[in-house]
Amino acid sequence: MSRPGFVLEVDDRTPPLLVHEGLGFRMEDFPLGTRVVYPPEPIVCVPDVDEAIREALLHPVESEPLPELLKPGMRLTIAFDDVSLTLPTMRAPDVRQRIIEQVLTMAADAGVDDVALISANAFHRRLTPKELQHIVGERVFRSFYGQGLLTNHDAEDHDNLSFLGRTEQDEHVVINKRAAESDLLVYVNVTLVPMEGGHKSVGIGLSSYRSLRHHHNNETMVNSRSFMDHKNSELHASAWRMGRVIGEQVKVFQIETSVDNNVFPKPYDFLMKREWEWSVRDQASMLGVRRGLAVAPQRLRHKIFHDLRAPYGLTGINAGAVEPVHELTIAKVHEQQLVEVQGQSDVLVLGVPYLGPYNVSSSMNPILATCMGLGYYFNSYRGQPVVRRGGAVILYHPLDEGFNQLHHPSYVDFYEEVLAESTDPAVVGQKYEAQFAEDPWYIHLYRTSHAYHGVHPFYMWYWAAHAMDHVDDVIWVGGNRRAAARMGFRAASTLLDALEMASDTVGANPSITYLHNPPQLIADVR
Amino acid sequence: MMLALELFRSLPRTVAGKTLGGRVPMVAGMAAPLRLVTIEPPRVDRPSWVRLRTKLSGICGSDLGAVAGKTSLYFSAVVSFPFVPGHEVVAELMDDCDDLPKGTRVVLDPVLCCAPRGLELCEECTAGRTNRCTRITVGNLAPGLQTGFCTTTGGGWSQQLSAHRSQLHVVPEGYSDEQAVLIEPMSCAVHTALRAGVTPNDRVLVSGAGSVGLLATLALRSLTPAGEIIVVAKHGHQRELAVALGATEVVTPKEVLRRVRRLSGAFQLEPDFSRGYLLGGVDVAVDAVGSRESLETALHATRAGGRVVLSGMPAAADLSAAWFRELEIVGTYASARDEVSGRGAFEIATELVAHDAVAQLAKSVAPYPLHRWREAIDHAQSAGRLGTVKVAFDPRKRG
Repeated sequence: MSRPGFVLEVDDRTPPLLVHEGLGFRMEDFPLGTRVVYPPEPIVCVPDVDEAIREALLHPVESEPLPELLKPGMRLTIAFDDVSLTLPTMRAPDVRQRIIEQVLTMAADAGVDDVALISANAFHRRLTPKELQHIVGERVFRSFYGQGLLTNHDAEDHDNLSFLGRTEQDEHVVINKRAAESDLLVYVNVTLVPMEGGHKSVGIGLSSYRSLRHHHNNETMVNSRSFMDHKNSELHASAWRMGRVIGEQVKVFQIETSVDNNVFPKPYDFLMKREWEWSVRDQASMLGVRRGLAVAPQRLRHKIFHDLRAPYGLTGINAGAVEPVHELTIAKVHEQQLVEVQGQSDVLVLGVPYLGPYNVSSSMNPILATCMGLGYYFNSYRGQPVVRRGGAVILYHPLDEGFNQLHHPSYVDFYEEVLAESTDPAVVGQKYEAQFAEDPWYIHLYRTSHAYHGVHPFYMWYWAAHAMDHVDDVIWVGGNRRAAARMGFRAASTLLDALEMASDTVGANPSITYLHNPPQLIADVR
Repeated sequence: MMLALELFRSLPRTVAGKTLGGRVPMVAGMAAPLRLVTIEPPRVDRPSWVRLRTKLSGICGSDLGAVAGKTSLYFSAVVSFPFVPGHEVVAELMDDCDDLPKGTRVVLDPVLCCAPRGLELCEECTAGRTNRCTRITVGNLAPGLQTGFCTTTGGGWSQQLSAHRSQLHVVPEGYSDEQAVLIEPMSCAVHTALRAGVTPNDRVLVSGAGSVGLLATLALRSLTPAGEIIVVAKHGHQRELAVALGATEVVTPKEVLRRVRRLSGAFQLEPDFSRGYLLGGVDVAVDAVGSRESLETALHATRAGGRVVLSGMPAAADLSAAWFRELEIVGTYASARDEVSGRGAFEIATELVAHDAVAQLAKSVAPYPLHRWREAIDHAQSAGRLGTVKVAFDPRKRG
């Protein structure tokens, strides 16, 4: 029986608490009275994954069973979430592989020959063959990749994009041509956080700049309260409008999955446990890992962390019509991640870990660290932000990993050139977004190499726009001072220093809340 | 008798300067084949020649090259040893000279073309292109491309020198000596800008933000229809001055290719064991340093069919881009008596140094007495790092 998440109030007996900071972690003594929000323990998983998949495909929600949708001679496209999910990468076999294999078996049984698989990577980098193989499995990879039937979506291949129309708010809806012209589009999703899934899957994962610009912008993100709550998110409202336009023209069979929060394999599982419950073995693991990381060069630390494979368990799978399926998925995600928190605090403390959706096998550069902290974690709330308006956010990350030139070439220019001029998401978006979006070199690298699209760093900055608009102070503990300053923030050596610096904003005795993640949690702030 | 700094032939010093100069701080001056001497003032007893008392004389990049033994031996045939360097000169007339009375404050067009040499004007001098004169080794003077490289005339790094009336340009009232000493380098910048062939809205790169690069930026902004002007600057004060003088973008040497690539929408290539370069880039690039790095930056950042202007005395560099991208390589040496519409470079330059930013720049000119020449040379070698744009000798100073 798993225990729900809860809020600890730090007192004299509370041991130092673990805080993630990039390629490492620290044990931090929090001031007395600090609220620490712990995620629930892993909830009950599906006992037989293959059977659950089969059940979902045969008894979908508000849809005919999949076998009834499959006809000989039809054109079938299977799209799936890319390498940005799950985090960390799921231990093989990936649940998407198991779903795709069953879908393909049913398609073969129905005599469907025209099948293609597409990674719905939107403006994310192209997946390497190895990454594709990890997601779809060796058999599927071998059958489809060599024939060019397992591909990355190319949002800049204008000959292979279809314009499906406009929403009632005049938003252009463009998706992958193969998907648009298929008789059936099966989408295989993993919903790790409530932001994922629903109409976001096809409407964003298979779209282009012409569509993305309508919701991936500063105004939308500032008005998404939060983007982790799709019913109060402007981002999702736009995606939902687009999804309905897509639904009028494309038959979408949505398969959504949710997973538990079993993110760290042994011997790193102490990272998920509550510190006062650490066994002797957990404490020994912590000390060993901490000592090892302290002496390991950054490259080795990077390898240690990025080679981790999460032993996720499947908590739910639903298939059928997009919206009802997504409601079921979100309910399961909330069951796993939601923690009730009473009221806001003056200061929010967040540890930014080594990994986010956009630095798989790559470096967590300062912009991605900001996106992770002020974007993903700050927005991990329902109701109202954990920190009050005008409060302070204290983040832990060294901001020292630099930029991966292969994956993030435009990030370097964004950091060196754009942020040097302004850190205001609205200002930089207005002046520079189109330049970066239309830059032929970035487009070339996105299409032929493994680079994120040129405009992607702007999206990361917009992701943090709500937080920047909401709080008055952002301080990075242990962060590189130049990097923090370039982004318009400040850096401190210790938590006490950071609190001292923030005292101008929140006073000398602020209320503090620390979100103890990962694993992912959503604060349900009352 | 007068005090002067004299450059003399010395193989050991030249080798030492070549090896150490510019690399090891504080030894450039020690190793230089330069000496402080007491000599007879130079005198040319011919019509229209006059003695000048030096007020200020700048240290230019070509002077530093000569002192450090880094100048190409190509130039050995157009100088005469020993000579007193110094071609950026502000001085006053010690005698009446034609229409100019004694005491007139002047700056010097240093080119020793046909007129000073007492020769019938060659084809280039007749056309006003005095910097291209074909007679710079003959006539009444010893060989020397300019005052400051000719044993007969002397140079500015001394208390006194001689000059021909055709070389003299009167300094307007209200100009400080420090402002006036910038007129000669400004005239070179004027010539550079006019040789750059800039067409409306061209994107121009100026590689280097020493005095040559900064003044070229002003000249390009003032005299050409350039659009964006991107200046490569290493140091903070250079960045501020570049913007004040007309740059639209200022970048560090490390980020120049990346920034030009983004501004111009070019593609960037990274060859094996070599510097990256662009396919696309700026329309015109001005190398205002003369180092291999700077010249290759200019070559690699210029679009196919574009123009690369050599403003600094160039070092050997990889010219593959010039061939592959069909670049026009344009040299710009000194300045011409007739630049545009009958106006000479010095006339235009004199107007331009009245610019507020140049007046500001002039305030940072660092003057040294002749006997502290080693410090002056070291300072000039590290001028950018030390926050200085121009170092000069003031032979009137005692301490």
